[in-house]
Amino acid sequence: MVSDNIAMTRFGEVVDASVEQLVGQCHRLYEAPPLGALVRAGTGVWGVVSGIATSALDPSRRVIARGADVATEAEIYAAHPQLEKLLRTDVTVTVTGHRESIGGANGPVHQYLPSQPPRIHTFLYSCTSVEVCDFFGGGGQPRSEPRLDFVHLLAGFGGPGDDVLAASLRQAATAFDDPRAFLVAASRAVAVVLSGDTSRINAIVRRLPIGEGTL
Amino acid sequence: MTNGFEGLGAPDGASPGEAAVELGVVVGGSLSQGLDVRLTGNGVVEDAKVGTFVTVHGTRHRYFGIITDLSLESADGHLSSNIAHADAAMAEVLSGTGAFAQARVTPMLMTSVGEEEPQPARSLPAHFAPVNRATNEDVQMIFGEDDATHIYIGSPLDMEDTRVCLDLQELVKRSNGVFGKSGSGKSFLTRILLTAIAQRGLATHLIFDMHSEYGWQATSESGYAVKGLRQILQSGVSVFSLDAESAHRRGFTPDYEVKIGLDEIEPEDIAILSSTLGISDAGVNACYTLHDRYGNRWISVFLGMDADAMAGLAAEGEHAGVLGALRRKLRDLDRIAFMQPDAPSGGGAVRQVLDHLVSGKHVVMEFGRYGDDQTAYVLVANLITRRIHAEYRKRTEEALASGGKQPDPLVITIEEAHRFLSGGIASQTIFGTIAREMRKYRVTLLVVDQRPSGIDEEVLSQVGTRITCQLDNERDVDAVLKGAPGSRELKGVLSRLESQQQALLFGHALRMPVVVRTRDYQDFATEMAMPGYGRTPVGPGDKKDLFG
Repeated sequence: MVSDNIAMTRFGEVVDASVEQLVGQCHRLYEAPPLGALVRAGTGVWGVVSGIATSALDPSRRVIARGADVATEAEIYAAHPQLEKLLRTDVTVTVTGHRESIGGANGPVHQYLPSQPPRIHTFLYSCTSVEVCDFFGGGGQPRSEPRLDFVHLLAGFGGPGDDVLAASLRQAATAFDDPRAFLVAASRAVAVVLSGDTSRINAIVRRLPIGEGTL
Repeated sequence: MTNGFEGLGAPDGASPGEAAVELGVVVGGSLSQGLDVRLTGNGVVEDAKVGTFVTVHGTRHRYFGIITDLSLESADGHLSSNIAHADAAMAEVLSGTGAFAQARVTPMLMTSVGEEEPQPARSLPAHFAPVNRATNEDVQMIFGEDDATHIYIGSPLDMEDTRVCLDLQELVKRSNGVFGKSGSGKSFLTRILLTAIAQRGLATHLIFDMHSEYGWQATSESGYAVKGLRQILQSGVSVFSLDAESAHRRGFTPDYEVKIGLDEIEPEDIAILSSTLGISDAGVNACYTLHDRYGNRWISVFLGMDADAMAGLAAEGEHAGVLGALRRKLRDLDRIAFMQPDAPSGGGAVRQVLDHLVSGKHVVMEFGRYGDDQTAYVLVANLITRRIHAEYRKRTEEALASGGKQPDPLVITIEEAHRFLSGGIASQTIFGTIAREMRKYRVTLLVVDQRPSGIDEEVLSQVGTRITCQLDNERDVDAVLKGAPGSRELKGVLSRLESQQQALLFGHALRMPVVVRTRDYQDFATEMAMPGYGRTPVGPGDKKDLFG
């Protein structure tokens, strides 16, 4: 899907940036990539969507309920077209890698934190399946082994972070010829990172379609 | 960090020609306790067995060792409580990551890169050194090849094509032991050793063949006939028999029917039998007195005494009761069919045995029905050995004094060795002396026994090479392993030997302990019968050429 249009994959821009986490505001309300999706900020930083939130543009003005007299939710938006502009959808991106810049030229993609966060207003793009393949090491000629160093960055959060990790693995698996093999390999990498915490490993594995006939 | 796909490529330095099978990597351990090797790769856990022979590839050295223990480990101490039921997905994810198997490998030998001669391991490989199953080349390098001084004795477990060879030249330099419970294959191993040593001309044999199984053909447990030494080595072997009838029944004529003259028995021979015959210390002392007084024919004279002569003897200080008891016991001896009043002219059996041995012929002493008669067995074995040892001692000392040729090494094989070498009597019998003084006088022992715990500790400690088949009794296992380096680890190996055709070999004639599946005796006998055997290695191809 090399024909994917860059403009079509762009969904927002960075509004808050640190080395390990970015907050991006979506250009269109509710049009955030799914949880766990691989995204890229500009051409230098890769991350996984680890949170999505929609709220009032002005935090001091709380949204009020408007549906008392209408039949459907769509009618509310039709009756109040300004809502699209008064609300915003933000995504939280956990940084999982970056592209090394060698003398200004593009170098290899690494699965560890960049030395600098991206600048504010850097555009955010959903990764195409080709990019997903490149990042996780699927596909390619000759076919390489999965790159799973990013697991360490995601596994560190715990709690809801495990859902993010599981979601990202589910999405990444779709880019592989043998999704199950990828998921098993990734789960084993998780087991190494979370060594000694079998219940957490179990919780993550149960969120993955590894069992018979699920993929 | 691991990428989740376990497994390392074949390390540099792996033997060419054969892909090394990777077992795992070193993750810890010590020289005294052994290396902890984490097993990696799929399905390898059940393939790794105790006793498997492995190589560890360090940076500067290669190490050789054996797996002495296996364990299942987990990174999570609560693994068992966290996994309530067998979940296929979790099992796949956790096996090899959070839950894994470890092997304990005892390093035995090491070689430097570019150096062929293995040394005892005195250093350790670093963490993460890859561990491989040993290849044929590795085993061959350590144990040598079947040639003029080595005998192929068996194959390491799971390495059917690999040959473990014993260095026979080293073997005959010391006393050796073949141990194992009844039916574990002691006799077959012994037969292979005896034949190989004889065929290569490394020593002369004197075999006390208690159960008549080494000289002429015997029947194996599975029912087929196995060739004896006489059939394989032909005229190089003389079979002496104490029970010619038994030999005739088995379809052959012994070369010499042994008769022992009462005049050949010395008080020392009676002393050893004192517990078997129930002769008191006073009775033994009386024997010495009688011998001093009446000379060689002391037993005949004593047994022939009338009441007056006995009374006269008692009057000279011997206790009448003691003398009476002694007479009864000596009569028992006299009643044994192969005993006769006087040795045949020309020196009798002892002389004959000695002449055969000196001329380089191997002697098998068959006991026939006396094999189960402890008195006869102990008496004859001890009587003959004592005189032969004295003769060898004399000849060796003369040769040393004159700078002449020393006699050829003699290997004396005794079965049920604990009867001669038990704690109480080992110091008295000639066998105890031979075991202790080793090869000084060119005589060594091949001890075959099923109760090694019955053998005197000091004697056992002098046994150079021990070949051990399965032993059930804990005390026997401890006795065999006593003093062996790494005995604690070997104990685990020894206690898991199969009941047949497996043996643990360690000691002087081997560079390191090894568990082998012993070779097939029929194959061995066939190979032995081929022209040129023992001078050049005979491979399967040669056999095919000869036999089509």
